[in-house]
Amino acid sequence: MAATEIARQAGEGARAVPLAGHVGFDSMPDQLVNKSVNHGFCFNILCVGETGLGKSTLMDTLFNTKFEGEPTQHNQPGVQLKSNTYELQESNVRLKLTVVNTVGFGDQINKEDSYKSIVEFIDTQFEAYLQEELKIKRTLHSYHDTRIHACLYFIAPTGHSLKSLDLVTMKKLDSKVNIIPIIAKSDAISKSELTKFKIKITSELVSNGVQIYQFPTDDETVAEINSTMNGHLPFAVVGSTEEVKIGNKMVKARQYPWGTVQVENENHCDFVKLREMLIRVNMEDLREQTHTRHYELYRRCKLEEMGFKDTDPDCKPFSLQETYEAKRNEFMGDLQKKEEEMRQMFVQRVKEKEAELKEAEKELHEKFDRLKKLHQDEKKKLEDKKKSLDDELNGFKQKKTAAELLQSQAQQAGGSTTLKRDKERKNFF
Amino acid sequence: MSSGVRSMVSMMTNLEGYVGFANLPNQVYRKSVKRGFEFTLMVVGESGLGKSTLINSLFLTDLYSKDYPGPSLRIKKTVQVEQSKVLVKEGGVQLTLTIVDTPGFGDAVDNSNCWQPVINYIDSKCEDFLNAESRVNRRLMPDNRVHCCLYFIAPSGHGLKPLDIEFMKRLHDKVNVIPLIAKADTLTPEECQLFKKQIMKEIQEHKIQIYEFPDIEDDEDSKLIRKIKERMPLAVVGSNVVIEVNGKKVRGRQYPWGVAEVENGEHCDFTVLRNMLIRTHMQDLKDVTNNVHYENYRSRKLAAVTCNGGVDTSKTKNQMTRSPLAQMEEERREHVMKMKKMETEMEQVFEMKVKEKKQKLKDSEAELERRHEQMKKNLEAQYKELEEKKRHHEEEKSNWEAQQRILEQQKLDASKTMEKNKKKGKIF
Repeated sequence: MAATEIARQAGEGARAVPLAGHVGFDSMPDQLVNKSVNHGFCFNILCVGETGLGKSTLMDTLFNTKFEGEPTQHNQPGVQLKSNTYELQESNVRLKLTVVNTVGFGDQINKEDSYKSIVEFIDTQFEAYLQEELKIKRTLHSYHDTRIHACLYFIAPTGHSLKSLDLVTMKKLDSKVNIIPIIAKSDAISKSELTKFKIKITSELVSNGVQIYQFPTDDETVAEINSTMNGHLPFAVVGSTEEVKIGNKMVKARQYPWGTVQVENENHCDFVKLREMLIRVNMEDLREQTHTRHYELYRRCKLEEMGFKDTDPDCKPFSLQETYEAKRNEFMGDLQKKEEEMRQMFVQRVKEKEAELKEAEKELHEKFDRLKKLHQDEKKKLEDKKKSLDDELNGFKQKKTAAELLQSQAQQAGGSTTLKRDKERKNFF
Repeated sequence: MSSGVRSMVSMMTNLEGYVGFANLPNQVYRKSVKRGFEFTLMVVGESGLGKSTLINSLFLTDLYSKDYPGPSLRIKKTVQVEQSKVLVKEGGVQLTLTIVDTPGFGDAVDNSNCWQPVINYIDSKCEDFLNAESRVNRRLMPDNRVHCCLYFIAPSGHGLKPLDIEFMKRLHDKVNVIPLIAKADTLTPEECQLFKKQIMKEIQEHKIQIYEFPDIEDDEDSKLIRKIKERMPLAVVGSNVVIEVNGKKVRGRQYPWGVAEVENGEHCDFTVLRNMLIRTHMQDLKDVTNNVHYENYRSRKLAAVTCNGGVDTSKTKNQMTRSPLAQMEEERREHVMKMKKMETEMEQVFEMKVKEKKQKLKDSEAELERRHEQMKKNLEAQYKELEEKKRHHEEEKSNWEAQQRILEQQKLDASKTMEKNKKKGKIF
């Protein structure tokens, strides 16, 4: 439902006219109520507190049921959020209750980042709603709202003051969610200590600028009770699902050797006050505050972060469409530029690599040219050698033939000379 | 219907096992009363059909009086759209009522497009709301959207006029249209029945979606509602005049033959209209306007912007289910993936080409090496051959030289002996 503050606006532009009879629009609130009852309600509670402070027990006690889950160990590495949704019904009213528990909060040695997962969780729920709201085809009226409507911050019953972890966490959460601080396991504190404790806590919260949820006092019907209750904050609570017989009734209580702490006894603890304020009187206001204040703040910051603004420099209001168009164009241009850049980069690389390879190729060719040349030289040398050998061979051959010729000549001549001589001799005789 | 503020005391008792969120409806009630309500009602019809009178009768007030004359008393040449805002209080509940009148509708000779100003008005109110809703800084969001449009049909007794059909066809998906038979006191009950049947038949034929008063979860009323649906379209009579009938003061129209009482269920359906419109379904009219008509307007408007006239229906369908911002995020993510893919592809191609080139280079290097080796071997072989030849030659040469030497020696010996012999021979 859009937050329309008509009451303030009613006088603007509308003139009051008297009615001559009963028209019947005074049934409007009933019509509205019927519709919301039919639709069902939803409420989301976040319990923040150290392990062992009785968060789950308190939830069980508040809603008179046993919610599932086992007690967690102390050895969690970080803070996690566990959320469970339950469908409850009371007379004709259906409530979809989501209880979110912080698991491992305050267990780490270094707790600097403890609040981060909580803030993240809350933001995630806001984001989901925002996304749904911004969709083109949306179904807001059937959307299951998971935004945290109330944050119960469990303070350990030390009796002294708030821990620094508490202050840091609450400071981070106060602009995101309605914080209702409560003193857990308050049956460990005596009444006088309690008063001092409460005062100390309240003053510490104020001096640190932590904005806790104030029960609204603008509606006369509940203004009185709300303002009284505001003075009792933080509520000191005790939770118990066990029942003890007191008188002739079974009441929720914790039994000690020295007495019984009755959960619903206003003298013993503020449980009843918490229940009254949280559920019976201000549940709707908590939801409204979440939607109109915390969610709007988140939404505004998110949109501004994305660059949306309501007016352009010329002080003309931008219509949503124009803003979207502009954003989209910018965005597309951005993408295209990125694409171009990458392409260019690749072209560059290719060029470089090509040059590199060409160099290598050139070197290779040069190398082989050198080798070729060497080879040519060798070949030439060989040729020369060959030639010289051939010359020698030829020379030798010539010599040989010449010698042989001479020999054969000589022989012939010798033969003939001997013949001649013989002949001469013969002739002589 | 209860009236007045419910007291909450009864809900605060500490019942065992009672958690208390059953009190939520009371909290809602309380807050809604504090906020106040608003409603915008539009009346459309030709002049003289008693629209202003009906409004006055419905809200038991003189919306249009001497000081604030109604549009009907002013002569219009073209269709105007005028709004009057009044604040009425009843039983602690404040209602800001806006009545939108359309003087001049259907009064011209050529009535083509006389519905356009009406459509423009409705759209502009939706646009205002859309802009207000879309601002970064949202605060007061007045809801000036038209929640209901009463369409007055002239009591011809026959059927719908072409203008009626045209108008309703164009408006039925933009606003809740409730057709009314005006000046029903000119029709007898039988004529009225026939007329109604005819009208409904024609409405169904033309697939016009008029506002169907849905069942509200309240047993006593739902039976009533079902009976009432059979009386659609409602035939109404309005009157500004209070007449005394049988000692009772009633609103009615005085005729020589009697008084047509406005609030008499047997005379006309006025009370039905008032009950349905104001007492039971006012909130539903607003919800339907917000959840259906406005959402249709919004998705049409935004789709035109972000999908740039979405040609590809499958893609636009996907886009419709996301907010434009998420759409851009999605597109950005898709683009990043596309870029990554492109990058890896390019890398792959690049690597492959480089590998190819390198391989080629390697191959040619190997080839050249091989050839070089080959040539070297060749050369070496030749060398060897040459050496062999040389050696052979050397051998031959040394052999021959040796031989020559022997021959020489022989020769020498022979010549020596010859010399000797010659000497001997000579002595004899």
